[in-house]
Amino acid sequence: MLPTIAMATGFALILMGLYGALTHRNILRMILGFTIASTGVNVVLVSVGYMPGRTAPIMDSAVPVADAAARVIDPVPQALVLTAIVIGLGVTALMLAYAYRLFRIRHSLDISKFTELKW
Amino acid sequence: MTTKFTTRSFVALVLLALLGVAFWTLAAGYTPDAELNRTAAYYAENTARETGAQNIVTAIIVTYRGLDTLGEVTVLFLTAAIVALVLGQSKAPRGGSGSGFLPSGELLQTGTKMLLPIIMLFGAYVFVNGHLTPGGGFQGGAILASGILLLLLAEPKRRFGHALISRVESVSGLVYVLIGIAGIVLAGGFLDNRILPLGTFGALLSAGAIPLIYTLIGLKVGAEFSSILESLEETEDA
Repeated sequence: MLPTIAMATGFALILMGLYGALTHRNILRMILGFTIASTGVNVVLVSVGYMPGRTAPIMDSAVPVADAAARVIDPVPQALVLTAIVIGLGVTALMLAYAYRLFRIRHSLDISKFTELKW
Repeated sequence: MTTKFTTRSFVALVLLALLGVAFWTLAAGYTPDAELNRTAAYYAENTARETGAQNIVTAIIVTYRGLDTLGEVTVLFLTAAIVALVLGQSKAPRGGSGSGFLPSGELLQTGTKMLLPIIMLFGAYVFVNGHLTPGGGFQGGAILASGILLLLLAEPKRRFGHALISRVESVSGLVYVLIGIAGIVLAGGFLDNRILPLGTFGALLSAGAIPLIYTLIGLKVGAEFSSILESLEETEDA
């Protein structure tokens, strides 16, 4: 049940974020939409690694080393998501920097004011 | 304009509904595994013996997939460099107003003085204990950068030493690569953590080079995030 809820939340976040990015005209709102969508992807990835009745992949007093393989959840998606979060932050920072440059050019953040690549 | 807008959002809704159907089939047919798959089981069984780290995720990130982490740190460095390049042309003049032209309040300034050392200490705690508890270099570095952000908010007119930040960043990156090469010479391969003794399982100074590498990653990530924040803060108001 728990992974289904987490996965549904993640998918819903992806759809909400993409909807926001596709429909809004303000560049900052589009960036926010992309951030929400990437959070959704991370939630889905982490929920894939979840296994019922198991605990976090840290071998302390609760998880003896000998039967760690039977007690912990999948650590690989968590390592992947750590990477994804960091790269997501880098992408967001780049998008914000470019948004600032665009604002300097047109004094507006409305995407429909930028018509050079429109056909 | 209004009709155009509604057609646009209608098309977006249809596309997203299709994507939602695809997600639905994925989620409906999903059953969690009962057993770890082979890769994960290998990590779970051999992390303690091979790396001496308690946190399996840390062992994967720093040792088993260390090369990928080096690449990830490089991507962050590139991001910081490009942000500085893109925003460098519109930098506020020195001593000028910058984006933070509003003076910050007394409360924020005093609070920063009290909180900043604690935030920095917590960041260092998080990345030094990365092999024992949840946390690590990336999280700790982000905490360090949040301290810098507080400082930027409290004293908007202050200019930080770019030289110091870039020196911390380049030295930690260089030492990280040198430790990796030392792994080839002294142990089993690039970024092998067994160049230092593995020590007692669960102690602070254990797991070979993992605490050292994660400290370097923490400093590097903190410096990179700080330089991104600084570039964004120092832009001139349009």
